[in-house]
Amino acid sequence: MNSSLVSAQPPIRVTNLSMRYHYKPVLTDVSFEIPEGKTIAIIGPNGAGKSTLLKGMMELEPLIEGQVEFFGQPLANKRLTTAYVPQREEIDWDFPIDVMDVVLMGRHGQLKFWQRPSAQDKQIAEQALKDLKMWEFRDRQISQLSGGQQQRVFLARALAQQANLYLMDEPFAGVDMATEKAIIGLFHTLKAQGKTIVCVHHDLNTVDTYFDWVLMINARLVAAGPVETTLTPENLQKTFGSRLSLLNDLTETMYRTRLNQAHDHD
Amino acid sequence: MQAEFELLNAPGSWELWLEFWRFEDMNALWVLSGSILLGISASVIGAFAFLRRRSLIGDALAHAALPGVMSAFLLFQTRDPVVMFLGAVVSSFAGFFMIDWLPKHTKIKADAALAITLSFFFALGLMLLSYIQGLNVENKSGLDKILFGQAAAMSQQDITLLMYVTVFILLVVTLLFQKLRLIAFNLNYARTLGIPVRFYEFTLALLIVMSVVVGLQLVGVVLMAAVLLTPVAAARFWSNQLTTILVVAGGLGAFSAIISTQISYLAPAMPTGPWMVVSLALLFIISLLFAPQRGLVHRYLQQRALRFKVAQENILRTLYKLYERGDFQQRPFNIGDIQALRAMPTNALKKTLKRLCQQQLIEDSVNGFRLTEAGLQQAQQLTRRHRLWENYLNEQMDLPPDQVHTQAERIEHLLTEEQEQQLEMELANPHFDPHGRDIPQGDAERQPGVKAQGGKHDQ
Repeated sequence: MNSSLVSAQPPIRVTNLSMRYHYKPVLTDVSFEIPEGKTIAIIGPNGAGKSTLLKGMMELEPLIEGQVEFFGQPLANKRLTTAYVPQREEIDWDFPIDVMDVVLMGRHGQLKFWQRPSAQDKQIAEQALKDLKMWEFRDRQISQLSGGQQQRVFLARALAQQANLYLMDEPFAGVDMATEKAIIGLFHTLKAQGKTIVCVHHDLNTVDTYFDWVLMINARLVAAGPVETTLTPENLQKTFGSRLSLLNDLTETMYRTRLNQAHDHD
Repeated sequence: MQAEFELLNAPGSWELWLEFWRFEDMNALWVLSGSILLGISASVIGAFAFLRRRSLIGDALAHAALPGVMSAFLLFQTRDPVVMFLGAVVSSFAGFFMIDWLPKHTKIKADAALAITLSFFFALGLMLLSYIQGLNVENKSGLDKILFGQAAAMSQQDITLLMYVTVFILLVVTLLFQKLRLIAFNLNYARTLGIPVRFYEFTLALLIVMSVVVGLQLVGVVLMAAVLLTPVAAARFWSNQLTTILVVAGGLGAFSAIISTQISYLAPAMPTGPWMVVSLALLFIISLLFAPQRGLVHRYLQQRALRFKVAQENILRTLYKLYERGDFQQRPFNIGDIQALRAMPTNALKKTLKRLCQQQLIEDSVNGFRLTEAGLQQAQQLTRRHRLWENYLNEQMDLPPDQVHTQAERIEHLLTEEQEQQLEMELANPHFDPHGRDIPQGDAERQPGVKAQGGKHDQ
């Protein structure tokens, strides 16, 4: 974990990433690098493509163009260093399973197809649950958890992956104060270990207290950098103000006409 | 057919039943074990389709198997179980890919793709079946049995194959259980872990196809889906833990297999499939009604107990208000007094008063009803909670005083001791509610047991 051993490669480098939904462009030509050991917020208005960006980076949704590198490598080579926390709404919380088993799922990236979690895996899961103050809920059915507790279970599961880079989709959405505190505590612990956290975040008021860095997105990258210099009124206006409608319209036309495929010699 | 000519010495169904359970007939024993295994494995693999919300896939795959069986027979002119099995697997898989491919590459949605595939393959199968029946070939009789299934018509080889396949399915599910559960719970997350999701999806589809195909002779094309789904749907009422659900589902599947095989043995003309499905449906209804926690009867009783509790607490509150208006002098109030403050049908009111008397929260006398010491304490506590909540709504939510009562009427029944203390803290222990009435101060004389007492006598 000595940081000098880690090469100069950034945890994430995104180059010319474009994504679409049917023919509608969601993200166009996004490029950025993020520094190691920081907390980074992705902010932008509804429908700006924040969650889509995370999904694209995690290869859950296809990219039209562009590359994503994790520590200079494709995701396939860096699976174990990268943990993803999906949005709570994506799950059927009535699924018959208890908290401990959900957290143990975080260990399955390292388990062969027939393997059950070992005693060591269980210790790791136990520690993750304790870190998020959810240990007493370990035998609880997930359907009996409050929204904040559900979120903490998801975070504990990601923590159990023992990754270096955490990508979280709106972990603060709709959670209680106890959970918010637990997440902040988790951020501090992870940062102290030199780990990197990227969060889709919706609450502009807390960006400067919770995060070091910010990526401002509205169908394209508006700005990226340290919060102090980047979260300016001017950039906020660009992000949350009017959209570049001409860019979107023309990109949609390009996808519909399949011009990007016809134009293969650039 | 034979029975008609041997009516004189035909054994009664009782003897047949005894014979069945003495396992004298080896064939019957084989059929029984085979169908139990099928019941278990189909229920277990069906559970994963159920959890993935792809319940209807089994139905489509069973129907899609029909043309495969018929083509295999036409091509190879044999009833060899392995040939039939492979034919069915191939055409079932063709169906599976059609269902998978259509929604991904066209504007057709998943449900339509399923319906189109199912009816197309089934029609094709029926067409081939009637064509075969018009041909002059050996062995063709009995092919139509796979529509509804007939245990008695199964050969030794059929059963052997059935056993191998079902045991294989159960082994694979046991082996892959953790991964299959992970994918069923959270597919996208599994992908981010680098788990080869497509491989597991394919394996699951293969297992479903195999279990459907192997069950055709026993249960039939038309009803196979019910054997996949009904057990897990019933088992879902009994537990919240997937392993338990799978065990219960397997048990229900096995039980229905026993019933239907037995009937098929006693009355060989009876198709097995419908009997299996009907017995499963009965088990489902029993689960739906009588399962603990999730069953309808339990939920009804719980709801009723809650209604009683609320009615009782409301009357206690009314008596407290009357007592408050009478300047805190304990005296009896009659039904008219109570009804003047609390709109409630007279019959229900009388019943509630009777239950309160039984719990010694109030006393009955010729002059009417009065709160006992325990009743007074409980009434005070409820009133306190009601008024604290009114304050909370008024102060923290800025609701005007005339709008806080209705909500507080409900919340007063739910607030716990802890929440009450939290309210006290947040509101700095107020003495008056938004209407200016006294909030009874409960701390000193509050008895922890009082509230629990109310719950015990709810029936």
